[in-house]
Amino acid sequence: MPQGAPADGASSADGASSADGASWAAELEWKSPSPRLRGVRRAQLAAATIPVLAIAAGTGAAASGAAVGGIASVAVLAGAAILDLLLGRRVRAWGFTERQQDLIVRRGVMFRRLSVIPYGRMQYVDVTAGPFERAFGLASVRMHTAAAASDARIPGLPQAEAARLRDQLSALGESQATGL
Amino acid sequence: MTSIGDNPPARPPAPTPPNAGAGTSALAGGWERLHPLSAVVRAGRGTLALLVVMAVSAVSRNGSGTQDLVRLGLVAVVLLVGLVSWLVTRWRVSDGVLQVDTGLLRRSSLRYPLTQIQAIDVVRPGLARVLGMAELRLRMAGAKGSSGRLAYLSSVSAEQLRARLLAMAHGLDEHEPAPPERPLYQVDPKRLIASLLISGPAMALELAIVVLVLVALIKPGAAGAVLASGATAFLGVSSALWQRFNGEYRLVVAEAPDGLRVRAGLIETSAETIPRGRVQALRLVQPLTWRPFGWCRIEVDLAGRATGGRRNRAAKRAGRALLPVGTLAQAQALIERVMPDVPTERRRPPARARWKAPLRFRHLSYGLNDRYAVTVSGRLRVVTDWVPLGKVQSVRRTEGPLQRRIGLASVHLDTAGRMIFAVARDRDRSEADGLLASLPGACRAARAGETGIGTGRRRF
Repeated sequence: MPQGAPADGASSADGASSADGASWAAELEWKSPSPRLRGVRRAQLAAATIPVLAIAAGTGAAASGAAVGGIASVAVLAGAAILDLLLGRRVRAWGFTERQQDLIVRRGVMFRRLSVIPYGRMQYVDVTAGPFERAFGLASVRMHTAAAASDARIPGLPQAEAARLRDQLSALGESQATGL
Repeated sequence: MTSIGDNPPARPPAPTPPNAGAGTSALAGGWERLHPLSAVVRAGRGTLALLVVMAVSAVSRNGSGTQDLVRLGLVAVVLLVGLVSWLVTRWRVSDGVLQVDTGLLRRSSLRYPLTQIQAIDVVRPGLARVLGMAELRLRMAGAKGSSGRLAYLSSVSAEQLRARLLAMAHGLDEHEPAPPERPLYQVDPKRLIASLLISGPAMALELAIVVLVLVALIKPGAAGAVLASGATAFLGVSSALWQRFNGEYRLVVAEAPDGLRVRAGLIETSAETIPRGRVQALRLVQPLTWRPFGWCRIEVDLAGRATGGRRNRAAKRAGRALLPVGTLAQAQALIERVMPDVPTERRRPPARARWKAPLRFRHLSYGLNDRYAVTVSGRLRVVTDWVPLGKVQSVRRTEGPLQRRIGLASVHLDTAGRMIFAVARDRDRSEADGLLASLPGACRAARAGETGIGTGRRRF
């Protein structure tokens, strides 16, 4: 993951759309998840880092003295800082847009994905909010089709926006429904 | 399941019991029971295994009398459980829904709307064939293996019920006789055996056996250890091969107005009916080792999980074969029957795709017309996938880091199938963008055209 990332890392969010060149995707009006999603990812990273940090510092210090413990914890913190930067780029890469007959979702920095999902193919929508997302007042919306590979998930929407999108999607799905 | 097997609890009778089936064991309200010997067949495999164990121990006089008693007790318990399950299970067809009630302590009532059937299979395991019984399986579109089973019915009533359910699924009168069918081809058993012997997994297995024999000749002591270390892989591959052989032996494909009939099987036979318009994707596979003989294989993908309790993962991944092995001419004739007017023109990816996919590049291409998309890929084997545009659920463009460096992108066409996915790999980015812009509209148009044909009903 780290290789190649710095090369086009300078303008990741804009890069994602400008890389599409003068194509139709760039002309769409992309909506983004709430900036608070950055906070959610940071909190999740911190929650994962703390136990690792404790173990690294503890075992390092117990095995070969305080200095090694210090070095181990610095290494863990540095790793977390790099991950944090990468997570930030990934948060900025999310985008979605509601067209007349389909929803478009884009995601990813290294492996970029752009999905076009017609409303008529929708089976159901679900809105989920994990503990971290809830703490930041956010929720994820996911639109399911009969194809397992369809990838229509939008994380980090403000809860009101998530509810609006859910209602919008289910109304559109209802009116444009088709079979399998 | 130790309590007494009472009659099923009284249920309010259906408002309009059609009572059409000429079942031997009809209950009130149009309900019918399964075949009374179902318990025997269900217990069959375990019982046979136990009998073999008992015979062996009786011959070698190792087992004591109490051990035999315990085994007999086990058989009795299995039979009793089967008997209770038979007593509490009943089914009926009413208002276009197949209803199956079962369970002693936890009653469950399952309903299968016939208009949503993806396929109907009649399966006969070896023991059931001896006793003239068959299992009916309904494949539904649900995501989580929601397939209906009626195990077991008598062979005759299973056939009748299949015809009746299919007629109802197509919106016809339920007493409409099954339409005549026209056999398309039969697979030659000799060719099937030969093709399996030179298929990838079998070649690996044969190589392993040769190595094992060599080891045993050179150093007899080591052979046991080698065998023990590879035993699970060995068993897995051979059982997958056996299941493929058993499932595709004497495979016959027949065409009837209500769909394709696929019959096959050596010991366990199955007769599958795939109604028209249910095919989500077709795949043509040309393995490297088959190419000198000009053989190929065609697999079909439907919505919903593949049924079949004991098929293992390798067998499942192989997919349902419509043509286990055949010539390219046979394959083309079959594709023409299932998907008329598939695109013939193929577009190659740009030459720089060679850097990203050196092995695949030779085969990569895709084609498109207003009804179907076709993609070709594969490293050693050549894999061609056809997808009806009317079945496409969503369109995706993916770009990996390497692809982005050289301006390539892949376009995926997602369908409700489980195994076959059409991907136009490593296209020029602007071409991928063009596809992404035009495909949703093309799929909508194809979908609209599709509903116009046939019975005029909403098709799944």
